[in-house]
Amino acid sequence: MSQNSFNTKPTFFQKLKNFDYVLIACILLLGLISALSMYSTDGGEILFHSKSHIIKFLIFFTMMIFLSFLNIRFWHYFAYSFYVVVLFFLVLASLYGIKASGSQRWINLYFINLQPSELMKVVIILCFAKYYHRIQLNQVNTFQTIFIALVILILPIMLVITQPDLGTSILIALSGLVVLWLAGINIRYFVYSFIAILISMPFAIAFLQPYQKLRILTFLNPDRDPLGAGYQIIQSKIAVGSGGLSGKGFLKGTQSYLEFLPEKHTDFIFTLFAEEHGFLGSLTLLLIYIIIIYRVLRIGSISRSYFAKLFCYGYGSAIFFYVTVNMCMVLGLLPIVGSPLPIMSYGGSSMLATMIGFAIVMSAKINYKQLIA
Amino acid sequence: MLGENSGVKKVQTINRRMFIIGAAKLIVFTGIIARLFSLQITENKKYLTLSDKNRLREWRLPPVRGEFLDYFGNVIAGNLKVYQLHVIPEEVENFKYLMVRLKKILSLTNREFKGIIKQKNKKKSWETLIISKNLTWEQFTKVNYFLHDLTGVKPVLSVSRNYPFSENYTHILGYVSEASQKDILNNEVIKSKHVPGLKVGKTGLEKTFENELIGTNGIQRYEVNAYGKRINQLDHTEGLNGKTIKLTIDTEIQKLCSELLKDLAGSISVMDIYTGEIVAMQSSPSFDPNLFLFGINQDDWQLIRNNPLKPLVNKTLSGLYSPGSTFKPMVALSALENGTINKNFKVNCMGKIEMYGQTYHCWKKKGHGVVNLKKAMKQSCDTYFYEIARKLGVDRLKETAIKFGLGEKVLNKTFNNEKKGLIPDTKWKKDKLGKSWVIGETLITGIGQGYTQTTPLQLCQMTAQLANGGFKIYPKIIVDENSKTEEDIKFIMNTNFKDLNEKKKGSQETSELLGFVNKKEHECLFDDSKNIKLVREAMFASTNEVGGTSYSSRIEDPKYQFAGKTGTSQVKRITKLARELDLKTFEIPYNDRDHALYIAFGPYINPRYALSIVIEHGGSGSSTAAPIAKKLFKLIIDRHELREQNRVQKVIKV
Repeated sequence: MSQNSFNTKPTFFQKLKNFDYVLIACILLLGLISALSMYSTDGGEILFHSKSHIIKFLIFFTMMIFLSFLNIRFWHYFAYSFYVVVLFFLVLASLYGIKASGSQRWINLYFINLQPSELMKVVIILCFAKYYHRIQLNQVNTFQTIFIALVILILPIMLVITQPDLGTSILIALSGLVVLWLAGINIRYFVYSFIAILISMPFAIAFLQPYQKLRILTFLNPDRDPLGAGYQIIQSKIAVGSGGLSGKGFLKGTQSYLEFLPEKHTDFIFTLFAEEHGFLGSLTLLLIYIIIIYRVLRIGSISRSYFAKLFCYGYGSAIFFYVTVNMCMVLGLLPIVGSPLPIMSYGGSSMLATMIGFAIVMSAKINYKQLIA
Repeated sequence: MLGENSGVKKVQTINRRMFIIGAAKLIVFTGIIARLFSLQITENKKYLTLSDKNRLREWRLPPVRGEFLDYFGNVIAGNLKVYQLHVIPEEVENFKYLMVRLKKILSLTNREFKGIIKQKNKKKSWETLIISKNLTWEQFTKVNYFLHDLTGVKPVLSVSRNYPFSENYTHILGYVSEASQKDILNNEVIKSKHVPGLKVGKTGLEKTFENELIGTNGIQRYEVNAYGKRINQLDHTEGLNGKTIKLTIDTEIQKLCSELLKDLAGSISVMDIYTGEIVAMQSSPSFDPNLFLFGINQDDWQLIRNNPLKPLVNKTLSGLYSPGSTFKPMVALSALENGTINKNFKVNCMGKIEMYGQTYHCWKKKGHGVVNLKKAMKQSCDTYFYEIARKLGVDRLKETAIKFGLGEKVLNKTFNNEKKGLIPDTKWKKDKLGKSWVIGETLITGIGQGYTQTTPLQLCQMTAQLANGGFKIYPKIIVDENSKTEEDIKFIMNTNFKDLNEKKKGSQETSELLGFVNKKEHECLFDDSKNIKLVREAMFASTNEVGGTSYSSRIEDPKYQFAGKTGTSQVKRITKLARELDLKTFEIPYNDRDHALYIAFGPYINPRYALSIVIEHGGSGSSTAAPIAKKLFKLIIDRHELREQNRVQKVIKV
């Protein structure tokens, strides 16, 4: 059978067979949960947010399935191009972007208001995966290799941080750094840079936007301004805490229903979910994310090409970061930085980026035996 | 192959490092789960409370104020249903149009119209706007007729204070009006029960008994959103009505008092001489307290405030007058008690006496000739009382007067505007004025002039205590269900009297000891009951014997027969010229005219009621005040039967 031979293209049915159905099931389940949560944020009616979210999920999910059929080599081949295109979009956004609530993050593509920084969260991993695919292990720690990697990483971060969008730039940085780590960069460099960051922290804080400084101060002590900057954290904790073991019940989350929760359909969707479904519901949701991350990492571990392996490991870790940062934020463990919960949060660009990531992972799964020269 | 070897190492590195990250992820997820556990399980109660605090709001409804009843259970301050018109601006499509419609339907004035618009701009769009606090029935029906196309308009049935006997109870009850900032700050109970538009007592009993009358708020619990908007009502607790307070006043007598005082400035107080119940207490002129309910308009207010007859003053207990000759029974009693005189003591009245170069006139220029106690009291001979006052001395006189309740508040703290009055003595003058007492002052004190100041209610109490045989009574205006009956009180008085006689027989020491140990209820205010009897007889003569000052006001029917004492209280020192001119009352300017006073008790045989009448600037007591007593006593005695029945009925009910 051709399955044993290298570089053989699987047939359509083999591809279908090779799909990771557990992953797909988890994504669908998450989609369903997110649709119901969105329905709840609309006050138990299908209004703008729920309708738009469901449509986006269905479109991008279908798109993901179709993209999964692309050979993994396609992604490898165009990895740099994607990076350049998204980088170009970022430049466009900072020049001609749409402004909303004090930052310029979106570009108008007529059919969608695209937030290129969201795409960058995935594309940076893709780009690094290709970059390190070729580099020999003994070359990884050379000055030149590290320098180019840092340029690749810092360019988009700078563009995103000036939008300003601290949350997304942190996630891009984390996604990039985890790939650098996986690629084998000497642990010393991480330690050194960590020390350097600590030292430069006071200077960096001086450059932060006033609202960002406020958020950090607020995180350290939410009660210093309970009706102003601390409001979100306090109300979010009240919502989660009042959920109890099994929650207040679907559509019965008073904190969100009575509009005490800010940003309930985007960054604070988990708060709403935790309020309505309690500790058990939160654990279930967390479990779904853990399964998804596990499946993505598993695909990485069975992939024969270094590119696919690195991407899957990187992307799996990135999802971990998205989930962790978002949950820690709404649970009052991290300062409020804008970061959506993948698939759950309302937002087309985030959904698109996440689905593209899954499409690449799925493609790696289908073509797990594929080697890339 | 070097490449292949390197590739294997590369894969080993990535897998090793992935494993490390994987372990780190598990630790982080465990941390998140721990956090969720602490928030949702450990601290769940705390956050549940906070969440409820967020979403639940209680709205207090205005409490329903307790009622006032008269002695016969008639409502004298009640709660009336009023029709109000409320609008919730949020529910109105076109507010301007609606307001124009309402203006037309209710025929609002431009000023009212602007006031409503101003009110609306201050409030949130979902807060109730009161268009009218008190719609007339016509307005109410008219609004209801058009209601189908007045969306957002709500006719509401509410309660408001109502005083059905309008000006008859004004000074006793006072009135209610919207609570001011000061009311809220000064009274914790009002503070805790306050709702916008709450009306509280401003004067009188309405103010004194505020805390009992106010009732408790009904409570509506609502779920609200983050902006404070009511989303839905969760429950409703009815408030409790305030306490009903029953007065000892008889509305019929009160009404007659008010009629008799019509167009006069003055007061009437009527009291039960045993129970101390105030049967009537009217101050004139009065005003309609209903005017204050929805905010009095400026014109009405100015009219009341600027009235020279001072309708805002409760003259029965805030009006201070020299008692004039109504003080003479006290002087006589004090002189008898102290042994200064006996009943046969005589003075030759020549119309005036000289003392240290100063002349003291009797009201009768020609003089009364030789008078004894009875005759002196009957004709109100000033010379006689100058003489006995001089012999008695002011300090001993004060002792007796204080015993009978002069110079002290009659109703204690029941009214915050009650005055104490003043019974002077030598010490008082030394302390307050820094001067020594002079004998001439004793003389004029003896006829109730000078520094002496009393309220009509004090005079009434004094008369009552003379009438009941000289026993202390405890005046009251609120019916107390546990209070003693007249029979009980009489029994106590008799026992006290017997004790007193026994004490007199016994050794001095034991009697002092006993008197010190138990200060008794209804104690004897005399040493010898004969003295009281003498004074009462003299008062009887004053009213019922030819030549008495109030002889023309007597009633011969023993059922109604009463004994009294007139008084004419000088407002201005009588000048030599005036004395020579001897002007008639109407010839003197109003503010210089004497106050006319009268105290009386009746029926003479087995007395039961005492009264005091003061007519400001009324001229002489015998011509102005005493005739009022005649008209009053008929009704008071006639109502006695009913009053007793009412008491008996109550006892049976219990």
